[in-house]
Amino acid sequence: MDIIVEGIKQAFMLLFTLDREVLGITWLSLKISGSATFLSMFIGVSIGTAVALSQFPGRRLVVSLINTGMGLPPVVVGLFVTISLWRHGPLGFLEILYTPTAIVIAQTVIATPIVMGISLAAIQQLPANLKLQILALGATRLQMVWILVKEARLPLLAAIMAGFGGVISEVGASIMVGGNIKGYSRVLTTATVMETGKGNFDIAMALSIILLLLAFTINAILTHIQQRERPR
Amino acid sequence: MSRHKKIGLIAVLMAVLTLVFSVTPAAAVSHKQKNIILSTTTSTQDSGLLDVLIPIFEKKTGYFVKTIAVGSGQAMAMGQKGEADVLLVHSPAAEKKFIAEGYGINRRLVMHNDYIIVGPPSDPAGIKGMKSAVEAFKKIAAANSVFMSRGDNSGTHSKERDIWKAAGINAEGQKWYQQTGLGMGQTLAVAAEKKTYTVADRGTYLALKKNLGLDILTEGDTILLNIYNVIEVNPAKWPKVNAAGAKAFADFMVSSQTQNIIKTFGVDKFGSPLFFPDAGKKEDRLGK
Amino acid sequence: MGGVAVLDISGLSVAGGEILCLIGPNGAGKSTFLLTLARLLKSSKGDIAFKGKRINSNHSLLTYRRNLSMAFQEPLLFDTTVFENIASGLNIRGMNKSEIQGIVEEYAERFGIRHLLDRSAKKLSGGEAQRTSLARAFAVKPEIVFLDEPFSSLDPPTRESLMEDVDRVLRETKTTTIMATHDQVEALRLSDRIAVMNRGSIVQVGTPEQVMNHPVDEFVASFVGMETIFAGAVTKIYDGVFVTSVAGRDIEAVGRVAVGDMVLCFIRPENVTLSMENSHEMTSARNSFQGKIIKIIPMGLFYKVQLDCGFPLVAYVTHQSMENLSLREQKSIFASFKATAVHVVRKEK
Repeated sequence: MDIIVEGIKQAFMLLFTLDREVLGITWLSLKISGSATFLSMFIGVSIGTAVALSQFPGRRLVVSLINTGMGLPPVVVGLFVTISLWRHGPLGFLEILYTPTAIVIAQTVIATPIVMGISLAAIQQLPANLKLQILALGATRLQMVWILVKEARLPLLAAIMAGFGGVISEVGASIMVGGNIKGYSRVLTTATVMETGKGNFDIAMALSIILLLLAFTINAILTHIQQRERPR
Repeated sequence: MSRHKKIGLIAVLMAVLTLVFSVTPAAAVSHKQKNIILSTTTSTQDSGLLDVLIPIFEKKTGYFVKTIAVGSGQAMAMGQKGEADVLLVHSPAAEKKFIAEGYGINRRLVMHNDYIIVGPPSDPAGIKGMKSAVEAFKKIAAANSVFMSRGDNSGTHSKERDIWKAAGINAEGQKWYQQTGLGMGQTLAVAAEKKTYTVADRGTYLALKKNLGLDILTEGDTILLNIYNVIEVNPAKWPKVNAAGAKAFADFMVSSQTQNIIKTFGVDKFGSPLFFPDAGKKEDRLGK
Repeated sequence: MGGVAVLDISGLSVAGGEILCLIGPNGAGKSTFLLTLARLLKSSKGDIAFKGKRINSNHSLLTYRRNLSMAFQEPLLFDTTVFENIASGLNIRGMNKSEIQGIVEEYAERFGIRHLLDRSAKKLSGGEAQRTSLARAFAVKPEIVFLDEPFSSLDPPTRESLMEDVDRVLRETKTTTIMATHDQVEALRLSDRIAVMNRGSIVQVGTPEQVMNHPVDEFVASFVGMETIFAGAVTKIYDGVFVTSVAGRDIEAVGRVAVGDMVLCFIRPENVTLSMENSHEMTSARNSFQGKIIKIIPMGLFYKVQLDCGFPLVAYVTHQSMENLSLREQKSIFASFKATAVHVVRKEK
């Protein structure tokens, strides 16, 4: 128990004294996971919506794949991305292994199926005739999709929060592709693992608490957007 | 998807990608030659020595060093695959094989520290003050006292296995032999919690000593020496490695300026240095 | 639609400003037909022409869609205010805010929901929601409006009130309307023409009078409420009238038949009068039979009386008449109807 109390104390100390390294790590976590969430939002919502609204042979299979992707083990993604980005791997010429960009890529791969799967369900649960009603009001296909997305904003925002939650807390892939390099690719989760491995449980606890605070703050903002009434 | 939608989507994606690339600092996105991938072990990283040395090196040479701290096995494997430029490791047997198979060149001695056998102050097996690590291990086995191993193929784990082998004891599978699969710090914490014996590197022990409640019981035996070498990955085998950068780093590690820093590293914090500089010496002369 | 032929319609034309009702039982294909006409569903064969021009390219499709509007059985409102809902079609067309304001208020007024403009769509009653849906459909001032059973999910008083408003709006705006319903009362009330559908095809098109009183076959007849149907052979013709023999009784009717033809006869229950005595002298009805009341079924505002006069006959009777005649089951009664009330169709053999 006192480890937790110690950790809370340390956490606030580090934050109040604006400890540069901790702030840097926190900011980097936010930037990386934020970028990954943004990317997964665009890819996930658009493809999820497209699949929800269309008929094509093999659609069932595609939906199964998306749903399976939601449970993709992050560590497996990390391994595949690492192997791809290795110097001698297929994408080695990009030279982005052990960079924050690599972490963004891995996290995007992890988050996108989550956002896609929930978006798919969100659009599918709209009334069957709603799409036709919107078209009957003279909407172009683009307008129709946009209106449907607005109608499903509650579950779609939940999808984005799920995606964000999945990556802000991710550690296995982040260590593998990022390298946990001090001041460069070290984020809250990887730093926590490192400190724990060193036996510095109090610092690890402090970092964990900061991570929780960060996740909570972002989700609180997104929840506020999700739940507010549409203005006139 | 309609054509409009596809175009709109691509436009937005490009916008986001440019945003994302702002995540990578200028240093890394620049010239290939500026990056050096240093493959080393977690215990080396955890000692904090590299946090002192690397910034000095980077400032001096303009290189950007990516320190990838992993288990010994993985560190050497990265070198074998040409995915690292230079190694700083401490597994002499594996290193010699590495050189023999042509993966590495210019293996140079950098420093050493030592392992110690620690345990509860009560010392149930009675090994305190013993000069021979092998004999101490025999006594622990005889007394059936619980021994906590890292069990993760790390350098520490290899060293420990070597000692059991030298003592002729098959520890694996015995009831008093437990394996954590964890890092050094965590293993020490578990050993402290359960009041068991374990082998640790002096550096990590000293860093955590305050909160542990474990005493140093056996130290100083040559077999307990932990010897660090720097090895450049062979560019003949892997043309893509940053050979110039690797050499620069290796040279730096054995330079007198660096060796001086190593000599005094840790004194202010722990009262004694964590490492002993050895550049230029002959390996078999160490500890004597 | 999965390879099954759902609609098989040879042709239909609708005049500008006309209100056409599609009626038929559930599964007849009314909704499918409406959706196909609105080009919301693609037909594998066939063409739709709007104001003389065929609709076949993407561009002409959007233009067509922007000239029409549709409302469904469920309100399908958007999760926002009533105002924003009514304005949605206008927003889609890129109209500016000041113009939208005026139009939305006008149509909210027309449908009696002006006071609800700021209310959230989630908080409306069934009737209010459907009014919003219709206001939304009409606000874009469509040339054609398609209505798919818009009153079906409402309770009778709400339905009544809304039908009045819709009727008025349709007449005032002279909007061409194609409406699907399975309720013939709605069809009779609102339409200029009725198309009866069954199993994917149109069986009969005509004015309400034509369809109701001159159904082309048994199906249409029973669907439009001709409760009495029987078959017989033509035995005599004289004086513009022919006689058909049914179960030993002679029934006089009017129609173009030849002796020996097999015919189907339909009689609307409203056209059957019941009385205590043989009323040959009392009315001008040529057909008067004695029969026994088999069953009396209360139908809310009136009673349906099933008789056996040798042939089955159904009459509608008001509460008043029920009392006056003290009708009850098994009672003997006289039933009469005019020759002109018998609608005759030659039976194809």
